[in-house]
Amino acid sequence: MSTPLALNRITDLLMNDSKAKVLSKNETRSRTPLIFERHSRNHAEWLPALEGHEETYLKSIPQDFLRKKEANLPSVSELEVVRHFTGLSQKNFSVDVNFYPLGSCTMKYNPKCLDAIASLSSFSLIHPYQEESLAQGALKILFEMQEYLSEITGMDEFTLQPAAGAHGELCGLLIAGAYHRARGSKKTKVLIPDSAHGTNPATAALCGYEVVTVKSNAKGLVDFDDLKSKLDSGVACLMMTNPNTLGLFEEDILEIAKAVHAVDGLVYYDGANMNALLGICRPGDMGFDIVHMNLHKTFAVPHGSGGPGSGPVGVKKHLIPFLPSPRVLKQKEKFLFEKQAPQSIGKLRSFYGNFGAIIRSYAYIKALGKEGLRAVSENAIINANYLRVRLKKMYDVPYDGICMHEFVMAATRQKKKGVRALDIAKRLLDYGVHAPTVYFPLIVEEAMMVEPTETESKETLDEFVQILEKIEKEIEQDPAIVLEAPHTTPVGRMDEVLAARQPNLRFKNS
Amino acid sequence: MADTSKLRYTETHEWVHLTGKIARVGITDHAQKEISDIVFIELPKIGRAVKGKDSAMVIESVKAAFDIYAPVAGKIVKINEELSKKPEIVNQSPYENGWLFEIECDDPLEVESLLTEAQYQNAKNTSHH
Amino acid sequence: MQYISNTDNDKKVMLEAIGVSSFEDLVAKVPKSLRNFELRLPKGKSELELLSEMVEIGRENINFHDYASYLGAGNYDHFVPTVVNALAHRGEFITSYTPYQGEASQGTLQSIYEFQSLICELTAMDYSNASMYDGASGLAEAALLALRSTGRKKIVVPVTIHPEYRTVVKTYTSCLDVEIVEIPMAADGVLDFEILKKSIDENTAAVLVQHPNFFGLLEDVRAIGEEAHKAGALFIACVNPISLGILEPPGEYGADIAVGEGQPLGNPTAFGGPHFGFFTVKEDFLRKMPGRIAGMTVDKVGRRSFVLTLQAREQHIRREKATSNICTNHSLCALKGAIYLSLLGKEGLKKLALLNLKNAHQTYDALLKLKGVREFSRRPFFNEFVLHLEKDAGNLKASLEANKILGPLALNAFYPKQAGAYLFAVTENRTPSDQQRLLEAISAS
Repeated sequence: MSTPLALNRITDLLMNDSKAKVLSKNETRSRTPLIFERHSRNHAEWLPALEGHEETYLKSIPQDFLRKKEANLPSVSELEVVRHFTGLSQKNFSVDVNFYPLGSCTMKYNPKCLDAIASLSSFSLIHPYQEESLAQGALKILFEMQEYLSEITGMDEFTLQPAAGAHGELCGLLIAGAYHRARGSKKTKVLIPDSAHGTNPATAALCGYEVVTVKSNAKGLVDFDDLKSKLDSGVACLMMTNPNTLGLFEEDILEIAKAVHAVDGLVYYDGANMNALLGICRPGDMGFDIVHMNLHKTFAVPHGSGGPGSGPVGVKKHLIPFLPSPRVLKQKEKFLFEKQAPQSIGKLRSFYGNFGAIIRSYAYIKALGKEGLRAVSENAIINANYLRVRLKKMYDVPYDGICMHEFVMAATRQKKKGVRALDIAKRLLDYGVHAPTVYFPLIVEEAMMVEPTETESKETLDEFVQILEKIEKEIEQDPAIVLEAPHTTPVGRMDEVLAARQPNLRFKNS
Repeated sequence: MADTSKLRYTETHEWVHLTGKIARVGITDHAQKEISDIVFIELPKIGRAVKGKDSAMVIESVKAAFDIYAPVAGKIVKINEELSKKPEIVNQSPYENGWLFEIECDDPLEVESLLTEAQYQNAKNTSHH
Repeated sequence: MQYISNTDNDKKVMLEAIGVSSFEDLVAKVPKSLRNFELRLPKGKSELELLSEMVEIGRENINFHDYASYLGAGNYDHFVPTVVNALAHRGEFITSYTPYQGEASQGTLQSIYEFQSLICELTAMDYSNASMYDGASGLAEAALLALRSTGRKKIVVPVTIHPEYRTVVKTYTSCLDVEIVEIPMAADGVLDFEILKKSIDENTAAVLVQHPNFFGLLEDVRAIGEEAHKAGALFIACVNPISLGILEPPGEYGADIAVGEGQPLGNPTAFGGPHFGFFTVKEDFLRKMPGRIAGMTVDKVGRRSFVLTLQAREQHIRREKATSNICTNHSLCALKGAIYLSLLGKEGLKKLALLNLKNAHQTYDALLKLKGVREFSRRPFFNEFVLHLEKDAGNLKASLEANKILGPLALNAFYPKQAGAYLFAVTENRTPSDQQRLLEAISAS
């Protein structure tokens, strides 16, 4: 059976100077049959047995409405299901097993007790439509979370409804649109820096806005002059990330916000990088009118292989009437849903939000408290700067200088030797480290975006540096080993062109 | 290899071959190399009216989607159906089998105003594309 | 608790290596005026204190172990076998990122591929994506797909669709030049077919239908689909996945897009989220489908492998030209769905559907025998139904609570004209003794 690549193996790898190529090339690891390709006895015995008369109830439904051909679901025993998915899990890199310095994603440790709390039946086995009086605990959590997030970000009110960061952006831009319409002003444009996340322009386009790109200057910050030249009364909103995707604090933020407000525009804060600012400073104080948080980044909700996350949106006072409904209110020590919200943008999803994610973050904030939150950002910033300084000798850092919680280095020197960022990313996997984010932000050639997070130890960071040093040596002495990496993963360098040209997107029984 | 000197070009890397009122449109060899492996082509609808510089269709590589613009005004009258099954033809034969669509021009003279091969080569070398 | 691994000495050494004397030097670029605040938050807690406090807060909630739930309307108290969470909550699934780095995520990618396959089998549709946020946002995205695909401007939405889903469709399309045409309900609780026919025209992009509908009733889907297609509009069905154990799947009755709420497939209700939405299409719409998709391919030495594919549609590449701004799926919830369907298997799916059908009909029949309980519709239903209860609302609520019953849902919250009508959901989890308590509660009120 396979062995997950564990961080503690890194040291072994480093000590053992043999080429990683020969370490683990176990063909049996590569192929796990599809669940459809397994066959054993299944009678779904976890359900009570039928008594025999159930089919008579089918007579209440006209024949035309009934299923004729049974669904071709697999037929496997419980044990086979357990082995199958356990086997699949072992083919993943994860924070629980690997160092995961994936820039912009904040892959911090997700405390186990948060899972236990979210799984309590008093939180997981409750229905969104049960009487408010029978769900006071859940409502209290939602209400207090609205308050906590407002306090942490310096905003006046929060909605917890959006399911993810991009969903939060959609929410925020709909609020901006509703606000401008209510004031009778016609706004057609959204300004977005060229270093922004791809979701920003996609969201603006979905909301019917023209996207205007703002350049970055030589320091890697928003070019204030370029911004000013693009500001006019048609600007609905400027979307910004601070620190930006280069990990740099936007020093001119106060002036930028002022300038956007001067043309009656709103300033939107993409909270992807909030892990740098907890207890340090607050977007609300910088002049942002709308913010979204990524609870799955900053507030320790596990990423779950790509979701669910949660993307609460906070606003300043003038935008509160437009928040999605319903918000949770507190009246006379009782918690309840707001009943009327005539100016609200409506609903972005059913019910109230990803409660199971929100409760994790709520408990996380409670566990850390105000000192703990500040310690998060302090350590995240120290860890990032430490790595930046240590890696500078090997990698170009195009916008060098003190960074916040992450930084972007470039494999430009390595590229001259024929090895690209992607190759290094893949070689890192052989050493049990998940790759940094590569080729983002788009304004940096051969970008490698490194975000160590606060939960990693100096020891791990030092090992990471050693691994990159070792890869550097390989590039010099035996570049093929890097160019052909990874060697130890179940598969390597997949044919993406084939996948897209001849899509095979589901199993078909032939 | 087609005689590319007879073709007209756009700054957005389309080529145009005019026969009577019908302008056949494709992308240049330079463009197909930039896009690299083409995995999907979303052809325009026949009968659609387009203006010059309108986005007429989309070509997708693994990593990106590219707009292809109508070089001149007119109506789409024919599309290269084969590309929906085999988009890689555009990589293999950008000037011949990999043509994209045909426009019935509102004004065939408009084609004359497009770039010549020399002008296109020149424009290409001075721009970043 | 801070979950921080660096010692104080580590920090000191690191600051020295960076070349600064204190942490403050690292945030010197932050304007002074922004630094002048103190978070008004409580002090941190140990795990021991935290757990006991959260358990206390939880006591303020009534859960399905305390009371028997007859609430449905999109979220249901279904049984979730232990295996589902035991597997999905493994650290390797729960703490990994979106599988962009294919070599580091074969487990997630294969499980998504299997999820897509399972959902296609269930719905008899051609293709499925890796999941959406929930059923409601999935329905809204389906409407957007239809608008993009047809270039038309009208969406036909019957009021028999879940009211919250209709609101979400409205919100998603609020910035676009789109007309939403509402179809009223006929006397028997399904959409008014005559009005529907008149409302579809050459500018209709799609006809949306929920089946079974919000009231649990089966809509005349085949005929509705035919009307949509006659006008060149897309037919979008929103379905309950468990019902497909016995009901004809949307792929068979002509749906172009089929979506639905995945919560019933192995996810706890959790006060409304997180769950997942499934999103399926017929072949023609594959390239316009929003969201992530996993595909099978080969690696450099020809080994079967999985990747995210058709990514040019997605936001991080197409930016403002993307099919949607969705950059996530609800992977973990979808994984639970895949594990659940695997455990269920061919045999279990029908069995589960039959258990729901039987329980719901037994309860329906028993309720109808009570005084003051009146029929709402004679249309066939699956595991949810509406009845009129001629009872004082306050008394009824008190009596249900006294008998430890959650629900049914009073319809007047969403349909002011339907005062006195209540929506009941009855799953495989409801026992004869639950039913007895429900009957007593209603009789006594």
